[in-house]
Amino acid sequence: MKKQHLSKKEVEHVAWLAHIELSDEEKTLFTEQFNEILEYFKKIDETNTQNVEPTYNVLDLTNVSRKDETKPSLPTKEALRNAPKKEKKFFKAPRIV
Amino acid sequence: MVNAKHLNSTDKNNVTEMSTKNQNEVRIGLEVHVQLTSLKTKLFCGCSSDYKGKDPNSLVCPVCLGIPGALPVLNANSVDYAVMVALALNSKVSECMFFFRKNYYYPDMPKNFQISQYDQAGGVPLAVGGFLVIDVGTKRKKVRIGRVHLEEDPGRLVHQGAIDTSPYTLVDYNRSGIALLEIVTEPDLDSPKEARIFLQKLRSILEHLGIFAGRLEGSIRCDANISLTGGTRVEVKNISSFKEVERALSFEIMRQKNLVKKGLSVKHETRHWDESRRVTISLRMKEKEHDYRYFPEPDLVPITITEDFVENVKEKMPELPEARISRFVDAYGLPQYDAEVLVSDKALADFFECTVKLYDKPKEVSNWMMGDLLRNLNENNLVLTDCKITPEHLVEMIKLIEEGVISGKIGKRVLPEMVLTGKQPSLIIKEKGLVKISSRDALEGIVEQVFSEHPSCVEDALADENAVHFLVGQLMRATKGKADPQLANQLIHEKLESLKK
Ligand SMILES: [Zn+2]
Repeated sequence: MKKQHLSKKEVEHVAWLAHIELSDEEKTLFTEQFNEILEYFKKIDETNTQNVEPTYNVLDLTNVSRKDETKPSLPTKEALRNAPKKEKKFFKAPRIV
Repeated sequence: MVNAKHLNSTDKNNVTEMSTKNQNEVRIGLEVHVQLTSLKTKLFCGCSSDYKGKDPNSLVCPVCLGIPGALPVLNANSVDYAVMVALALNSKVSECMFFFRKNYYYPDMPKNFQISQYDQAGGVPLAVGGFLVIDVGTKRKKVRIGRVHLEEDPGRLVHQGAIDTSPYTLVDYNRSGIALLEIVTEPDLDSPKEARIFLQKLRSILEHLGIFAGRLEGSIRCDANISLTGGTRVEVKNISSFKEVERALSFEIMRQKNLVKKGLSVKHETRHWDESRRVTISLRMKEKEHDYRYFPEPDLVPITITEDFVENVKEKMPELPEARISRFVDAYGLPQYDAEVLVSDKALADFFECTVKLYDKPKEVSNWMMGDLLRNLNENNLVLTDCKITPEHLVEMIKLIEEGVISGKIGKRVLPEMVLTGKQPSLIIKEKGLVKISSRDALEGIVEQVFSEHPSCVEDALADENAVHFLVGQLMRATKGKADPQLANQLIHEKLESLKK
């Protein structure tokens, strides 16, 4: 394997941030895959960016906005349609803290 | 007290700078979240912002539900409003600002990120720097502003019982995407009281700008950073009103001081203010700043804010509290203190001005408002905008006193009725039979009665002028305060004279 960009510990941390539980095999697998991806992206480092302004948006546009006018919202039933868990008119989620 | 007339917002004289600090002091910095309640729609979608009291998830759309492919578009008015606030806080408005994604996984944000602004990694928030001058007792103090930025409000989470023991979380996304202005102060506040004063002043400014209705629940919320000198910083989240801020901060300061006293160290952590239990609890969150992995929001383009735009906003700026206080002193001849109290709440100041337009005795109006009206509101835990009392009714009451229909004392009984019921004072007086008794015939019988009931006091009064007051007081009591005070006094004296003969 090539140079480590990301350790298994960091993968565990990212999983913790996302509230995802990973098995030990998955951790090893993802660490490898992450590193392969990062290795591939290293190619970008070869570009000389010394005199290039950072790009915060690829579009050549500024100041796109809309008027402060209300539009119809979704019916509640429609809004909740894809929710795996719901209760009355609420989405239901696990407690995080 | 320093006369605010001579102190405009950029005047630095007489203002305590933050450099002189004693040991073992408290330092508080606030992160205030203000909903731009005057906007009709959310920050990035056309859903109505009028979500309070509405059915859960009835004001949502693909954008504020974070459905993949939905694209946010900025509400144009939000920039006007935000620039107004930045100017009022003496902040430097950025020429070009960006939106950033703040990534975190918590059900209050359906996208798993919040569209916000950032002042690092090349991010530029709406405005940086600035200050607000507050009055703490007789001292004027400058509180520095770190930055002002726009972001979207997360959804509302409903827990069963306390946040840390609830079996699950219910989520209502009606609030998700509401335009929020985040105002961050430097840690310049020294006490919970100063924090409250700061928030009150900020609220008055926001209300005067017409962008915000402070009476709406949850429209101003804050997080606080609290540390003892040389100690670790603790962040307290979920302070839901400026009434709660003093309570939450006092608790947290006490908690930290107790730890230090026991020789324990204060942990660097995020705590949650539990309003019902009145304690802060550890959230056991391990997220650090870099865990939010801020990066530019690719779905929103940069916003340029030209000098012309800022000038245009400046011209539209309404009168701010400091200017209004000065005007109340100059135009109405009010004492500085009266002006400050009235202007501290825009609704109060508006009520005052309406009343004075109808009745041109400002000090008289101010006395009734500052005394009886405010006391009544406080006692009943009411705010003026929730009451039915009108300037017309207050004027009518003052005139009834002036015309001698009721005494000032009776006025003090009529006013609470006006506050609670919104009834016309003349109607209250009629219903309760409170008209002043100013006929001799009606009072003479009662004078006889008072004299016969208090023979020893009559003896005293014959010898000592000071004891006369007691008899007058008894007469007032017997008429439930309705006797014309002057006539009561006169009749008691006449009766005493006749006894002397
Ligand atoms: Zn929406």
